[in-house]
Amino acid sequence: MAVSLRGITKRFGPVLANDDVSFDVARGTIHGIIGENGAGKSTVMSILYGLTASDGGEILIDGRTVTIARSADAIGLGIGMVHQHFMLVDSFSVLENLVLGVEGGWRLSRGLDTARARVTALTRTYGLELDLDALVGDLPVGLRQRVEILKALYRGAHTLVLDEPTGVLTPDEADQLFEILRTLRAEGKTVLLITHKLREIMAVTDRVTVMRAGRVVAEVATADTSREALAVLMVGRALAPLPGKREIAGGPAVLATEGLSVTDAAGIRRVDDLTLSIRAGEIVGIAGVSGNGQSELLAALAGTLPIAGGRVMWRGQPWPSGLGPRDRRRQGLAHIPEDRLRMGLIGAFHAYESAILGYQDDPDYSAGPLLRTGRICDETRRRMSDYDVRPADVDLRSALFSGGNQQKLISAREMERAPAALLVGQPTRGVDIGAIDFIHRRLIALRDRGTAILLVSVELEEILALADRILVMVDGRVVGEVSRADATEQALGLLMAGVRDVAA
Amino acid sequence: MTPRRPLPAPVEYALIPLVNLLASLVVAAGVLALIGADPLDALGSMAEGAVGSAEAWGYTLYYATNFILTGLAVALPFHAGLFNIGGEGQATMGGLGVALVCLGFGGYSLWLVLPLAIAAAMLCGAAWAAVPAWLQARRGSHLVITTIMFNFLAAALMTYLLVDVLRVPGNGSPETRVFDPSAFLPPMDALLGLLGVPFPSTPLNISLLLALMIALLFWVLVWHTRWGYEIRAVGHSPDAARYAGISISRVILASVMLGGALAGLVAVNEVMGVHHRLFLGFSNGYGFVGIAVALMGRNHPLGIVLAAVLFGALYQGGTELAFDHPEITREIVVVVEGLVILFCGAFENAFRGPIEALFGRTGAKPA
Amino acid sequence: MDTVDLISVAASTLRLGTPLILAALAGLFSERAGVIDIGLEGKLLGAAFAAAAIASVTGSPWAALAGAMLTSIALALLHGYAAITLNGNQVVSGMALNILISGLTPTLATAWFNQGGQTPPLVESQRFGAVALPFADDLAGVPVFGPIYSGLLSGQNLLVYLAFLVVPAAAWLLFATRFGLRLRAVGENPHAVDAAGLSVAGLRYRAIIITGALAGIGGAYLSIAQGAGFARDMTAGRGYLALAALIFGRWRPAPTLLACLLFAFADAAQLRLQGVSLPVLGVIPVQFVQALPYILTVILLAGVGGTARAPKAIGIPFVKSR
Repeated sequence: MAVSLRGITKRFGPVLANDDVSFDVARGTIHGIIGENGAGKSTVMSILYGLTASDGGEILIDGRTVTIARSADAIGLGIGMVHQHFMLVDSFSVLENLVLGVEGGWRLSRGLDTARARVTALTRTYGLELDLDALVGDLPVGLRQRVEILKALYRGAHTLVLDEPTGVLTPDEADQLFEILRTLRAEGKTVLLITHKLREIMAVTDRVTVMRAGRVVAEVATADTSREALAVLMVGRALAPLPGKREIAGGPAVLATEGLSVTDAAGIRRVDDLTLSIRAGEIVGIAGVSGNGQSELLAALAGTLPIAGGRVMWRGQPWPSGLGPRDRRRQGLAHIPEDRLRMGLIGAFHAYESAILGYQDDPDYSAGPLLRTGRICDETRRRMSDYDVRPADVDLRSALFSGGNQQKLISAREMERAPAALLVGQPTRGVDIGAIDFIHRRLIALRDRGTAILLVSVELEEILALADRILVMVDGRVVGEVSRADATEQALGLLMAGVRDVAA
Repeated sequence: MTPRRPLPAPVEYALIPLVNLLASLVVAAGVLALIGADPLDALGSMAEGAVGSAEAWGYTLYYATNFILTGLAVALPFHAGLFNIGGEGQATMGGLGVALVCLGFGGYSLWLVLPLAIAAAMLCGAAWAAVPAWLQARRGSHLVITTIMFNFLAAALMTYLLVDVLRVPGNGSPETRVFDPSAFLPPMDALLGLLGVPFPSTPLNISLLLALMIALLFWVLVWHTRWGYEIRAVGHSPDAARYAGISISRVILASVMLGGALAGLVAVNEVMGVHHRLFLGFSNGYGFVGIAVALMGRNHPLGIVLAAVLFGALYQGGTELAFDHPEITREIVVVVEGLVILFCGAFENAFRGPIEALFGRTGAKPA
Repeated sequence: MDTVDLISVAASTLRLGTPLILAALAGLFSERAGVIDIGLEGKLLGAAFAAAAIASVTGSPWAALAGAMLTSIALALLHGYAAITLNGNQVVSGMALNILISGLTPTLATAWFNQGGQTPPLVESQRFGAVALPFADDLAGVPVFGPIYSGLLSGQNLLVYLAFLVVPAAAWLLFATRFGLRLRAVGENPHAVDAAGLSVAGLRYRAIIITGALAGIGGAYLSIAQGAGFARDMTAGRGYLALAALIFGRWRPAPTLLACLLFAFADAAQLRLQGVSLPVLGVIPVQFVQALPYILTVILLAGVGGTARAPKAIGIPFVKSR
């Protein structure tokens, strides 16, 4: 066994990220570790690579128990990690990035020449064709990943760990990566592939370990299983009781997009020709693994990201493309952002100050220039009582509330003004069960009062519990629409995991 | 990263600044020892000179007036996350505004001239901050460098004006003529005299009241208006500010220009209240003291007023000290100034760790 | 202006540019490693004082130069401690040191030399003098080349030659050595450096030591080469001009050198423009002419924009990611 984990346990505060995790990885195989976000996969890999220390359990490399206290230890044991977020210097060439730290002498030119020869040999052996003199910053993401792989190989890695490698790749680039992985295997390397995408597991791995909620729930040979079986294992059997069929209000479309395209700051198209509409009194859920354009869609609808093509329509009329968030709020669009700490609240502000974020101009809250602090505090107190926010202290700094209470504060702010439409992003990420239930009920109540709600979430249970219609987004496009009556976790899981054709 | 529970207000706003001040004074004492002076003796001289008599207090508070204004001038942009070093130049240009009003409206009632002078001082100070502000907001040009350049430019401009334009013909020194007495601000001893309170004659004048009122308005603006809300939002979290639809460049422009306006008010004290004429270099380093005052006062008007009084005492004490001990120059106060900025600003975290541990505040927040 | 004047202005440019070049290259190393250094002004001033004081007391310009460099390195380490180890605000730290030094130097000068904040005027033997290149006199008559060689290139101060040698040396260190690669990496993506098993703090400290050394030479030049002693605030903003030149030069040695020479030329020109009557504008007030370098700085910064090509990780305290 190249790598064995025995009883690895890791706790972060109250959260048990890894619970007695054990599995074996045979040398010269590609071993997959699959699980949903938050299943504990990344924690296991951090421990293996020495970025975090485990609370219990042991690691064996080639049958010997080892201690991995730092990345240098892992590197010394022949473990190379290809991080999700590349550790590269964009302004350096590929070659310079490869030799950083192992330059081979103080005279750079000599070291680079030697390295060039060695690296070229490596690229040929493993099929990692690269222009060594290209600037990393100019390379597409797929090639940048190759640099990361080469870095690990150049330092003598026998075991490569890839953490969610295709999250940033196009399907073609992902296929190329799989070819490289197969070559690595043929050359005797061991590959650990951490992912939540079933397609990859089925495409390239020999064995797969399934993790859920910090535990290992299964370990099978890939040939002996199927996508559907893995999907069930991944997602678990705890099905939320689906509410009965409900007549959709059938109100007019409040918020809609026509052929919307959005590019991010790096110029990559994240939303691709997307058309959807949300009617009054319905919840439209967007399911999909994050990174498929959902964040950019929300930002474009909220007015914080410019549109590259298409239109956003409000009550049938197109909005001018430069319309700012403040004006959109005034027209009745509220927004519970995905990133509550960076966008939804200001950590240093008192609770009552965060309670008016985005609405500070509203005549309810300011008389002329002056803030009506008394009134704001009263209303915040009311909301805290209404939403059971604890501690019910309007002066407490926003950062000090627990995740669930923060989310309740933000939800109260955005929902209590009876908006015509509401954008909601990952409302229950990092939120305790009680708060989750509360927020869900409030969202449904809001819908029943006639608000058009767009809900983006990676939690299937949440989407199934709340949405009247479910759209699945992959790579910036809608790949499927399912009504609640027809939705099952398995069907959605397959769509989400990038399996385009549900019937396959 | 788990945020630590904050320290109680008295610790955060009084103890930590005090510890930083103490550290600065200890190092300054070391400097004094290095140059062969007795630190305790020096401290005694300074204390005596600063607060040992009513007259001393008068001078101390007169200096404090300037420091309140320049401290607020630095603190406001700080709330938006920006560092305004241009207090010197902004104050200097404020002087131009005040002088033009006082020279032009000589003989009119103070009730007319004072508001005009205040407005002129603020306008000129704001105008001088406008270009660096715009460059930062629109071009991302580093505010620190541009405001420092504008300090030099203000000195150059003022030199030209005072030598070639506004100088009294026949007079050697580069300064304007003395203002008409109707444009003199009433000194504090006159005011107190009206109330029957004896007070010696010092430069302290009613502009202290102006400064205190401005401090109060500052408090209202930053924490009780939506403009202050926007400024603080930008300073804490540009992402959240954007989410809230706040225009970041407009906040940058407004906060820096308003800072300039506040620095300009120094001229009301110096030019109108004390010297009654405009001359070179009246801003005398006050702009830089403002940085120390703002940092020590944690950018809060109450802290700034207290820090300003403290630095006023340092300035006055320093003058007396230099008087009594010729081998110690007034610059020892600038040394303390630099040390305070160093400890309160850059070394801030040095003492924070042990103090937080002392108060048992390290550790994760409740889940 | 005729040839003689041109040569004269060019020679002045080189002389006036030397402290800027040294300070700007000093800042280059800090900033390339990711540490903002507003404190170049303070380092120059502190070094100038140290050099003048030591030269006055010991009579040896070399001892003075060494002392100046050590002083500047000490200041740089102080800034480094605040910025690298304490993760403090780097801009505030730089300003603090500038203000501290502007107060400390006249205090010490008065206490030790009793000359109202100055150091005693230095004599030739205590300073660095002009160096005549070989055959300067003989070649003076050669057309074109001669005056350039004997009037411009020869006869410059020793430290001027040193400064111009530092430019290619710095470029070599930064781009042709292992240390330079790592230093540049740590300013762009310290996490990559950390993941490679290298010490981010160690590299940054080494960078600022170089900063201190170069700024020390620059400061010494002001008081014991170009000038003959220390006077209060004698740096007159050169540290900030150097920083602006660095920004304008996109943090690369050669363009930074050119930017410094541009500032120096403005300075050299303004000395000659004082009192000169220009067509249309008439006599420009001397103060405006003197302010030329500062105006130029603002214009340059406006055109460039602040962080166009700054090292990506500059000013961001490095905290290990989990």
